[in-house]
Amino acid sequence: MDLLEYQGKRLLASRGIEIPPGQVAETPEQAREAAAAIGGKVVVKAQVQIGGRGKAGGIKLAENPDEAFEHATAILGMDIRGHIVKSVWIEAASAIKKEYYASVTFDRAARKPLVMLSAVGGMDIEEVAASQPGALVRRHIDPLIGFQAHDARWLVYHAGIDEEAIKGTMAVLHTLYDAFVSLDAMLVEINPLVLTEDGRVIALDAKVTIDGNAVYRRPELADVGDILPDDPQERMAKERGVTYVKLDGDVGILGNGAGLVMSTLDVVALAGGRPANFLDAGGGSKADEVVTALEVLLSDEKVKVLLINIFGGITRCDEVAEGLLTALGKLGATLPIVVRLDGTNEDEGRAIIRDRAPSNVVVEGTMLSAAAKAVELAKGQA
Amino acid sequence: MSILVDATTKLVVQGITGREGAFHATRNKAYGTQVVAGVTPGKAGQDVEGIPVFNSVDDAVEATGANTAMVFVPPRFAADAILEALASPVETVVAITEGIPAHDMLRVYTHMKSTGKTLIGPNCPGVISPGVATVGIMPTQVFQPGRVGLVSRSGTLTYQISKELALLGIGQSTVVGIGGDPVVGSSFIDILGRFDADPDTDLIVMVGEIGGSEEEQAAEFIAANMSTPVVGYIAGFQAPPGKQMGHAGAIITGSSGTAAAKKEALEAKGVRVGESPTEVAGLVKQALTE
Repeated sequence: MDLLEYQGKRLLASRGIEIPPGQVAETPEQAREAAAAIGGKVVVKAQVQIGGRGKAGGIKLAENPDEAFEHATAILGMDIRGHIVKSVWIEAASAIKKEYYASVTFDRAARKPLVMLSAVGGMDIEEVAASQPGALVRRHIDPLIGFQAHDARWLVYHAGIDEEAIKGTMAVLHTLYDAFVSLDAMLVEINPLVLTEDGRVIALDAKVTIDGNAVYRRPELADVGDILPDDPQERMAKERGVTYVKLDGDVGILGNGAGLVMSTLDVVALAGGRPANFLDAGGGSKADEVVTALEVLLSDEKVKVLLINIFGGITRCDEVAEGLLTALGKLGATLPIVVRLDGTNEDEGRAIIRDRAPSNVVVEGTMLSAAAKAVELAKGQA
Repeated sequence: MSILVDATTKLVVQGITGREGAFHATRNKAYGTQVVAGVTPGKAGQDVEGIPVFNSVDDAVEATGANTAMVFVPPRFAADAILEALASPVETVVAITEGIPAHDMLRVYTHMKSTGKTLIGPNCPGVISPGVATVGIMPTQVFQPGRVGLVSRSGTLTYQISKELALLGIGQSTVVGIGGDPVVGSSFIDILGRFDADPDTDLIVMVGEIGGSEEEQAAEFIAANMSTPVVGYIAGFQAPPGKQMGHAGAIITGSSGTAAAKKEALEAKGVRVGESPTEVAGLVKQALTE
């Protein structure tokens, strides 16, 4: 679960990291009022769950409340790489002396938390890591011991943090690690972390990603809420708790398990077809989940043919077949549907479809032949 | 011979009185696995289809000599269940549970390494040595005894590849699902090393997917340390960049972690990589007859 900048900042601020005074605005008028209340120059920042906001024109400096109104008018509703801006964060402009980078994330390969710090922040940190590898220092932390003072010292000295910012940066690192653990975060990142002209170390941005499996035990996230996607099908899928992604082609794909779904995309492409979308009903799909999945997939008008590729482990093929019949009865879909069922209770599942499914449902024996059939039917529909 | 699970495996199932726990414990036993005990706190003295239930793993081990644990406990309590198994005399733990908080697994993993024991999973389909024993949720009819080892991050894809191998008459020594979570107990490298040391495994199929850098690390390990040939498969050539695929781990970040980059890394080390499950089975057949 990705948080918006202002949500992440408030969580860091509540733990003691200093941030500039700011307010959220959902209309240009609110932006003007916020700028007036904060006073002086303010920054108007688009709140979207994606990077590259500045380059897209989603971050503007305003000299006064009227300019804040104008910038908010331009930024609200803007489409930043597929994300529609619904709110802006108005914060006091800072007198920046230096820009740093600090983060705590999961290092999957080492299976340890990784703290990274750089005295060269404020721009594309991946570019810094690539062009000046020495400028981004990394330290793994033992999760059973936690972040220690010596870790903080090692990081600030090796990163070359300015003398006057050392104490403040070490304090930020301790708090950042504490936030990583106490929020069940997968990532907490501050870019830029700045040294101000008057010698304070403050966070001008925050990127926080929370582990969705642990939200239940973090009550302070209750009012953060999950942000639903703009796309209607993606929104429906998220509300119903299934993984759905929209693509450009015309073959809809339903599978169980992320690996098999990805493999199905590949095989459809190898057969010369183009996937319209895909939905992962999960490793343990039951009949009602299949109904939900079909409702989501068939609500996308670009889908000309549906390919259902199920390999039953925990999932039982007869339950999938029953779910398919229920969904077709409910939705009355007439488009061609190619079904491939293998694994647990495969014979029962195939028999259910053979005996009771309408004629637009075709059963294929292998994943390869099912993909080829779906592609052929999609071309016939074009 | 096989790895991790064999005729000497004596299994205790944690969470045996739950719906999934009871269903799969019974199926594992029916396949031939010695399922000697179950654990559900407060339900000692009961039984599930003749399998005795105990209050703790220690009690189960003391009464039955169990040496392997399978975890079916719900995600909120699963880390504790794994730690309980690690604290007992059990040597191998297979965690099926999906949805365990990643920070819990960071602590469990770090502790597990200090015990010298083995953890497979979590969020995995388990381990099967066809014809001998199975621990987990895999549909056993897909597998047949043979001399090819299979290690995979994905459950259903494991079944798919095994099915393709079966169509060519190729069976498996052992099939290991390592799980798709950000922190899993055993990596590709851990399992590849075990297969390499197994005299009854002639070839290994490694089934990866987009995200992370484990396949790239495995490529280095294969070139430096292994004599058994490896055939690879990577799912997700068509996956859109930056989209999450359902496994927390399968997130593409920047240019690394793509299927194409993984294929290239493996091929650079002499590992043949198929672009579909069918092609993988063909490459295996070809490699076995060379």
